[in-house]
Amino acid sequence: MSGNSTYEPKTGIERWLDSRLPIVRFMNDTLVTFPTPKNLNYWFTFGGILALMLGLQIVTGIVLAMHYVPSADLAFASVERIMRDVNYGWLIRYMHANGASMFFLAVYLHMFRGLYYGSYKAPREVLWILGCAIYLVMIITAFMGYVLPWGQMSFHGAVVITNLIGAIPVIGPAITTWLWGGFAVDNATLNRFFSLHYLMPFVIAGLVVLHVWALHVTGNNNPKGVDVKSKEDTVPFHPYYTVKDGFAISIFLLLYMSFVFFNPNALGDAVNYVPANPLVTPAHIVPEWYLLPFYAILRAVPDKLMGVILMFGAIAVIFVLPWLDTSKVRSMRYRPTARLYFFIFVFVALVLGYCGGQLPDDQVIPGVSGLMLIDSDINSFVWLSRFATLYYFSYFMIILPVLGLTETPRPVPESITDPVLSHPATAPAGAMASPEKRG
Amino acid sequence: MLRKSIALAALGLAFIAGPALAAGSAKEPRSVAWSFAGPFGKFEAAQVQRGYKVYREVCSACHSMNLMFFRNLGQQHGPFYDPEYKNPNDNPYVKALAKDIQVKDIDQETGDSVDRAATPADKFPSPWPNEAAARASNGGALPPDLSVITKARDGGPDYVYSLLTGYVNPPVGLAVGPGQHYNPYMAGDMHAYWTGKGPAPVGGFIAMAAPLADGKVTFDDGTKSTADQQARDVVAFLAWASEPKQTERKQFGFGAMIYLFMFSILLWFSYKRIWRNVGH
Ligand code: HEC
Repeated sequence: MSGNSTYEPKTGIERWLDSRLPIVRFMNDTLVTFPTPKNLNYWFTFGGILALMLGLQIVTGIVLAMHYVPSADLAFASVERIMRDVNYGWLIRYMHANGASMFFLAVYLHMFRGLYYGSYKAPREVLWILGCAIYLVMIITAFMGYVLPWGQMSFHGAVVITNLIGAIPVIGPAITTWLWGGFAVDNATLNRFFSLHYLMPFVIAGLVVLHVWALHVTGNNNPKGVDVKSKEDTVPFHPYYTVKDGFAISIFLLLYMSFVFFNPNALGDAVNYVPANPLVTPAHIVPEWYLLPFYAILRAVPDKLMGVILMFGAIAVIFVLPWLDTSKVRSMRYRPTARLYFFIFVFVALVLGYCGGQLPDDQVIPGVSGLMLIDSDINSFVWLSRFATLYYFSYFMIILPVLGLTETPRPVPESITDPVLSHPATAPAGAMASPEKRG
Repeated sequence: MLRKSIALAALGLAFIAGPALAAGSAKEPRSVAWSFAGPFGKFEAAQVQRGYKVYREVCSACHSMNLMFFRNLGQQHGPFYDPEYKNPNDNPYVKALAKDIQVKDIDQETGDSVDRAATPADKFPSPWPNEAAARASNGGALPPDLSVITKARDGGPDYVYSLLTGYVNPPVGLAVGPGQHYNPYMAGDMHAYWTGKGPAPVGGFIAMAAPLADGKVTFDDGTKSTADQQARDVVAFLAWASEPKQTERKQFGFGAMIYLFMFSILLWFSYKRIWRNVGH
């Protein structure tokens, strides 16, 4: 779509079609001849993996929907009946349930890749925002999907999360009632969640098309973060990256399938195999692992509304990242200081995830009773979450903006092929590849 | 409805606000070397058969298994599978097992409620007509449905086994309420009931009395019927019932993994070959 296409229709029918709907040309330009930087490493294979995961989730989901019954009385049993009485129903259901986890695993690695190599920077801002939108819709989809089996965690998770909306002043409670379709999470809620859970993946698919379109306008970023300068810097997507992505996909499938076949419930919560009961609240309500960091941020704040704002803010800040990071150097390979903060960020994200799964008042270091700070012992998960939340936001709102102005990046290569490094002082002005020495 | 939602909202709020209820403590379940554990584990038909007998003669007095049909007993990888009867509904042994059980039905001529012998196509009947009846007979507690019980508890089969065999006399100083029993493997918080010396014991109260005892069930295959053996066998049965397709799943998975592994190797070499002339 980005102009210079090398596709030449060979047969009459292709020529006929090409002048009416150049879809073969589009496929050819996207998946075959697309010039791709030749230095992409395995961190760049997650895009392909994600495309596959979306496809698998849609296919398994459509089959599940043929057998699933979205009724508060029958949903739980219908999911079990799928695994017991539908041919290969266990395979389809476990692929779908574990597929969600794998989808998130891949999307997080894909996002960390983007953060590290500066894939959000000009001219890829729209590409990045579309990716963030995909991630946001994924979260909504996964949340609603988790409600569908109507187990204890499905139900009480839905109660907790929908109640968050109620924190919005004035209109919150009305919106919650509207979302529920009644005065509590009930059959009506389950029905609409099912309907929306079926709809959202197609919204994601639409966003993916835009995401890929934007990718093909700007071209791939690469580990060096420098622009493609010549034909020598690239290889055609096929066969070079079809085979490399294919290999990565195959390894990823090995991991995915080891869960599906040998440990299908390891990533889920045992409590969700207890049918939903509004009158019995589980001792410990937790979302699925991939949402735990946001849950920790939510619970880090004593005020409910502020907690909700911060939780959504944690996602919103990723959207505006292209305008927060002031550095002109894309790849953190050449930004040693930023790289250090990045690795701390990854660690902090994991810490947040861990905190999200713990009880806020439990001690981080057992047996040591620390200082009381404001409302809780400083040796508690709620305080650990607070410190981690502080770093999470600081990384985007202070560290990246300031660092770009103050740090001295290492010399950046002139081009992907060229091993010669340009020194910041001698770099040609205005070239994307050259860091601007500042501060 | 409104009251319920307000209560729920308050609960959600209380949880989010931070001070969560102190989570109960319980003893770590003992680990058992189950024949069905691990990627190559399989159920031992004889054990699952004995386990069915324990369920039928002991547990089914209180616990339903709403997701189980008699036909399941005779399906592939089930305890009474007979390769001669691919359709478990034809399996004479399963038919005989079902026939021993009475299920409710409607007489099509008169519309009256009648009892008749079950067939393989019938569900395991529930011991109770409704939840209220179940609670009334169990001091207010509801015996949970056991269809997926080993998936529904942390610790799975180990937990259920430990619970069944873990009943001990309550330590002196623990006030056990009427109809309650102390079990160190049950989650709970004993502080409020503890007046003895030292820290409160781990564990909790359960409304189910120790259901098993030596000799309670007679095993047809001559296996010595200790309470421990009964517990192991019934847990094997419950683990099978929770995931009746797990043997099929593992076998299928084994093939799939080998296939993916070989496919990965082929792709690796294709990758090396295709990229051999690209300096990168
Ligand atoms: C006399 C009735 C009765 C019999 C017989 C009985 N149970 Fe129970 N069982 C109960 C009740 C009541 C509860 C609920 C206890 C509670 O909530 O405190 C229960 C709870 C359980 C639980 C859940 C414990 C938990 O973690 O919440 C399991 C597992 C269980 N029973 C297994 C068995 C097995 C296996 C057998 C057969 C060997 C059996 N029961 C026989 C009445 C019975």
